[in-house]
Amino acid sequence: MRAIRQRALGLAWVAPALALVVVFVYLPLVQNFEFSTLEWDIYSGSQEYVGLDNYRKLIDDPVFWSSMGNNVLYAVVSIAFQVFGALLLAALIEGVRSERWQRGLRAIYFIPSAISMTVAGLLFYFIYEPNLGPLNHLLKAVGLDSLAQAWLGQESTAMPAIIAMSQWQGFGYSTLLFAVAIQRIPKEIYGAAAIDGTGPVRRFVHVTVPLVREMTGLMMMVTVSGAFQVFNEVMVMTSGGPDNSSQVLGTWLYRNGFVRNDFGYAAAIATVIFVITMGIAVAQLWVTRRGRVEW
Amino acid sequence: MVSRPGFLGVIARVFLWAFLLCLAVVVLYPLLWMVLNGFKTNTELFGDPFAMPSSWSFESYRKAWNRGVSGYLTTSVLVTLTSTLATVFVSAWAAYGLTRVNIPLNRVVTMGILGGLMLAPTVALVPLVKMFQAMGLYNSFWALLILYTAFRVPFTTFLIRAYMIDLPREVDEAAEMDGCGRWTAFWRIILPMCKPIITSTVLLHILFAWNEYLFAMVFTSGEGVQTLPVGLTSLMSRHGTDFPVVFAGMVIAALPVVLLFFLGQRYIVRGLADGVGK
Repeated sequence: MRAIRQRALGLAWVAPALALVVVFVYLPLVQNFEFSTLEWDIYSGSQEYVGLDNYRKLIDDPVFWSSMGNNVLYAVVSIAFQVFGALLLAALIEGVRSERWQRGLRAIYFIPSAISMTVAGLLFYFIYEPNLGPLNHLLKAVGLDSLAQAWLGQESTAMPAIIAMSQWQGFGYSTLLFAVAIQRIPKEIYGAAAIDGTGPVRRFVHVTVPLVREMTGLMMMVTVSGAFQVFNEVMVMTSGGPDNSSQVLGTWLYRNGFVRNDFGYAAAIATVIFVITMGIAVAQLWVTRRGRVEW
Repeated sequence: MVSRPGFLGVIARVFLWAFLLCLAVVVLYPLLWMVLNGFKTNTELFGDPFAMPSSWSFESYRKAWNRGVSGYLTTSVLVTLTSTLATVFVSAWAAYGLTRVNIPLNRVVTMGILGGLMLAPTVALVPLVKMFQAMGLYNSFWALLILYTAFRVPFTTFLIRAYMIDLPREVDEAAEMDGCGRWTAFWRIILPMCKPIITSTVLLHILFAWNEYLFAMVFTSGEGVQTLPVGLTSLMSRHGTDFPVVFAGMVIAALPVVLLFFLGQRYIVRGLADGVGK
């Protein structure tokens, strides 16, 4: 009896963490499903059960689909630059002979990831600004006047401009992580490749890429999951405009929930984000569990 | 790397350096531009964007400070400090319980806490707002403290747990032999042994709390509870035309974390790598 009490007492160590996670992470998640089946009356605040109406509304909502499209675009571009681009860049940096320079370059590239997305977003808001922004000035200076435009003010360029900013902000982070993965490759393997007379390109393709594939897989999932949670930069740079063209799921949820007070609909959008990010998380778990690369 | 002399090797090396340095310029120039703009007058700002400021006056910094940045900074510092302490202690306790104490249902508890890693904050947003309104904590310092702690405990516990699990069993046995209770063993022996990973988690949490926007924006609206990221956007909308002030505010928000990164780079990289790779 005493032993059992003693063991139960041990739970006190994990109780605060468990309580916080259950109350503030899991409970709201469950409530969200319930909310998504309700319709709020904005004026009286009363709720009514409407079943799957909010989800039907989603299917008919063109902005929901264009938001989803923007998230997908975000994911695709980020995979290109922040996964494959970063892997290549990390390998290129390893080609620099001085280790101090390697570290220095990686640190420089990381700086934008240390500062907040809000600062980065505001900064690029100004860089893209048609009158005072250096981007248009630069284009005009090199004779590309026709390309100078109101980057964030047009439907066709707003989202690409935001995505470009976020590549600037995030590539250093993944480059750093790939560098760690590359450095964990035992030196002898590279040594053996060098004896075989393998050139740098073949070495990258046949040694580096296969041996960091676990990190590549993880980075892909982290990147895609992040792409479906984008909020900050869009909010700061365009708030989803012009004419909802740069709306993403996160900002469309915010707009419906907290500007239009349509909580039920916002909860339905949240469910979609949940399904996508959860799917990726499970895939991630599966990849890590499958065991790592054996040297 | 094996040296590859010869003409082609030299050309490749030149191109490599040119590319890496260009990229460094692309990263650094916008940041430099931001810093310079904090020193410009508004007229200068609307002139040639590549020009240097005519004088190095801190006028815009003074204005930014008086127009709310001092308050945002105070809130940011408070929220960051308190949530860092809360997160790291709660997580270290949990990690200790999960790895070194024989608790019932260990696997279930582990999955319960670490499972929180998989959930996106956006998903919980609407119910959380309702919950905090009902608790009377909406638009308060407490909302941010609680949320930053609750949503970072899984990640932080994950990192500390992975470290603690590798500490040798003999440590606990020796502590017991010396008559240490669990409590003393945790504070005097295990926690000090975990110093490297604790440092990593502290730094990563500071970066997170200082920069967080979603919760800060949705859960706070009034002066006095807004953190820097949200405060900057309201600074922007309230003083829409006095842009140098906004730039000064941005520098004030960015500088501490950039310095922190350079000081704690080793620990931050380690934490990030362990966080994604395990």
